[in-house]
Amino acid sequence: MWNDFPLLPDNASKMGFQIDLVWWFLVALTVVMTVLIFAAVVTFVVWFRKKNDGRVATQIEGSTQLELLWSGIPLVILMGLFGWGTAVYVQLMRPPADVMDFYVVGKQWMWKVQHPTGQREINTLHIPVNKAIRLTQTSEDVIHSFFIPAFRTKKDVVPGRYTQQWFEATKLGTYHIFCAEYCGTKHSQMVGTVTVMTQDDYQNWLAGVVAGESPEETGKKLFEGMRCVSCHPVSDKTTTIDGAPARGPLLAGIYGKEVALKDGGKVTVDDSYIRESIMRPLAKVVAGFEPVMPTYEGQLSEEQIIQLASYIKSLKGSEENSGAADGGAKK
Amino acid sequence: MSNTISPAAHQDPHRVEPDSGRETSTYLNNGYGWKSWLFTIDHKRIAILYLVSISFFFAIGGVFATLMRLELATPKGDMLQSDTYNKLFTMHGLVMIFFFLVPSIPAVLGNFLMPIMIGAKDLAFPKINLLSWYIYVVGGAATLYVALTGGVDTGWTFYTPYSSTYANTHVVPMAIGVFITGFSSILTGLNFIVTVHKMRAPGLTWFKLPLFVWAQYATSLIMVLGTPVLATTILLVGLERLFHIGIFDPTLGGDPVLFQHLFWFYSHPAVYIMILPGMGVISEIISCFSKKRVFGYSFIAFSTLAIAVLGFLVWGHHLFVSSQSAYAGIVFSVISMLVAVPSAVKVFNWTATFYKGTIELTTPMMYAVGFIGLFTIGGLTGVFLAIMSVDVHLTDTYFVVAHFHYVMVGGMLMAYMGGLHFWWPKMFGRMYPEFIAKFAAVTIFIGFNLTFFPQFLLGYMGMPRRYHVYPPEFQLLNILSSAGASVLAVGYMLPVFYLLWSLKWGKKASANPWGAKGLEWTIPSPPITHNFESIPVVTEEAYAYGSEPTITVGPGHQNPNPHYKDDPIV
Ligand SMILES: [Cu+2]
Ligand SMILES: [Cu+2]
Repeated sequence: MWNDFPLLPDNASKMGFQIDLVWWFLVALTVVMTVLIFAAVVTFVVWFRKKNDGRVATQIEGSTQLELLWSGIPLVILMGLFGWGTAVYVQLMRPPADVMDFYVVGKQWMWKVQHPTGQREINTLHIPVNKAIRLTQTSEDVIHSFFIPAFRTKKDVVPGRYTQQWFEATKLGTYHIFCAEYCGTKHSQMVGTVTVMTQDDYQNWLAGVVAGESPEETGKKLFEGMRCVSCHPVSDKTTTIDGAPARGPLLAGIYGKEVALKDGGKVTVDDSYIRESIMRPLAKVVAGFEPVMPTYEGQLSEEQIIQLASYIKSLKGSEENSGAADGGAKK
Repeated sequence: MSNTISPAAHQDPHRVEPDSGRETSTYLNNGYGWKSWLFTIDHKRIAILYLVSISFFFAIGGVFATLMRLELATPKGDMLQSDTYNKLFTMHGLVMIFFFLVPSIPAVLGNFLMPIMIGAKDLAFPKINLLSWYIYVVGGAATLYVALTGGVDTGWTFYTPYSSTYANTHVVPMAIGVFITGFSSILTGLNFIVTVHKMRAPGLTWFKLPLFVWAQYATSLIMVLGTPVLATTILLVGLERLFHIGIFDPTLGGDPVLFQHLFWFYSHPAVYIMILPGMGVISEIISCFSKKRVFGYSFIAFSTLAIAVLGFLVWGHHLFVSSQSAYAGIVFSVISMLVAVPSAVKVFNWTATFYKGTIELTTPMMYAVGFIGLFTIGGLTGVFLAIMSVDVHLTDTYFVVAHFHYVMVGGMLMAYMGGLHFWWPKMFGRMYPEFIAKFAAVTIFIGFNLTFFPQFLLGYMGMPRRYHVYPPEFQLLNILSSAGASVLAVGYMLPVFYLLWSLKWGKKASANPWGAKGLEWTIPSPPITHNFESIPVVTEEAYAYGSEPTITVGPGHQNPNPHYKDDPIV
């Protein structure tokens, strides 16, 4: 029966052990403190219970030393815990350089996932073991939260912005995916599984699924189909593919760079900025360009926006272009 | 306490009024018709009005919880529809928080006792006090309307854009209900603040105040400062829902996470609205039944204020996985750790108060002992959630549910039950039956732990909160929890019966059946309408146990109604 009803969760990720270490320390602290305090109270209640022996209570005003002691010691312990817990959290925030990028779109009530190589899944996620994986997530409607208990990780999936989390599975197996942020009627059915496979099995799995196109390839087609090309140059700095003067910034090599804005500010070109520029082009116009780009809100799905962003990300600038990245945002 | 008190009460505090043919006049027999209750401006009668109404809402919230626990006994959704289940946990949260926990100790025990404890004849604004109750009733009526016409399914947290755009349940009427009820809190808070500042009896300086009054005062500050933010936030949700003004919904150009900041800016301090008054009650009970002054009085008083202030700076610990910046998260995490220190200080001081006392394990004292144990667990599990790396796993799981029920039910509700028993003789002039009351207290303690302890494990296992159906491996712990809930339900039914029974058949209570210190124990049980025949003069510290009672009749302090003469608006 205990196999059917485990009392501890699987731990199948690289960061899981460190998080569990903090957890178990906290459990020990809670047990020790609760037992000590409860034992003290019960002991006092028994020892000092009122009997008919004429004893009267000893009045004690208090003790500043004791107060300092029992606020100081908890303070030190709590600050130590804070430091430890935060150090682990900082690692949770920083994926290694060779991370694989997966995309997650949540909608009432399903998870849509796309692999770096273009395969798509719904409510399942197949990943290779011992490989760092980063999820870039957004929602088509309300806030959800992508939660894999066995990996000790979750992050809200928020409409209108991208959130990211990463993990590295260390144990083969199949684990739960839950939606952890209440999202309406079938919130509790917005669940799925993540399957951790060996590298070989993962490659076979990929081969067995109709790959479709990679996000970049679809993005390139969209870029052309939506006529982004008629304003944004992708190779030459000043003219578009049609040879017309560029009305929008060069996009090659721009991803990850900081660009100057018309209003004097600066912005780093990341997925969120690309998304914002497509949906609300006038919010942050790159210096040197006019606010002429129309919005594509309602014309592109969240997945298409992710594909466009992947394509832009894949456009490597030539040396001189990336050197002169100031001109390079989009819009 | 050394007080100037009326000859009526100036007698052996343990003496029971002889059953003479003529009934002595009390606040209870001062008028019997419905008008004498519904138009009363007596803080004690208003407290009874609140007692009746919050008990009603507690019962409703309890029914919602019972249905949920029944459904969760099996992994499948075999009893309720998902929509129904979602409405149940939403209504359970809303009713219990806004219509039971927030008003419970302040509006019932605080209303009844705070003016008496500071030697006043009423609150500073008696009519506004009655208005607060009517506002509460209107808000409650809106909630009942929502419950009867189909409910609302957003969760008590109203997260956007679900609440503002996607939910197709009664969000707006419910928002109106919560919005209105907020004003009840604000007015009560204002009333209490002014009362503590302006109406203390002669000689009753701040550091002679009972800790219960300190707790009410700190709570009132939070109510006045925090509740308007909640009202504004809810108003914005309503505006977005009705007029599609883009505030929170990203498709209208809004920011969904902004809502969470605004909501928790109120709702984290609201946790302290719900627990601080309970802490005040615990100080009173432990001191009385140890016959000892509270250990480290001023440290408890200041820790109360520290909690009230720091409580406003930690809301972001609810947003660690929400896409809030990691740097903001670190700041919120460290301040949340700091706020644990004053809570710990309180627990240590209470424990030390037992030391070398003469302890009587009465029913209120059993609740106080239960409170200390459960609040310790509730508080320490809060530390788990303040640490970001652990919170990433635990947030939005049953661990959070267990944590806040340990604080709200294990803490606040235990304190409320303890306080209700402690002051029951004062409020109604009758003793409750001790044996069955102890039995109920033990039942509640056992039922509570059986219900909520398994939920810590469920949370660590990864079961998300607000799940109507769940994977089968979670069933064992859920069955334990549901079994505990039925024990808990029995535990809560018992007091309803024996307390009502005691009103008629309970032993008559003396002015001071517990041999307690404090002005409320110097006047008859139940008190007369204006509490004191003449305003007392206080020369003693709070909790002056061990000193001989030195009751002195002062030189004719007539001054019957100071608050009607002095303009309390400063
Ligand atoms: Cu969801
Ligand atoms: Cu909080």
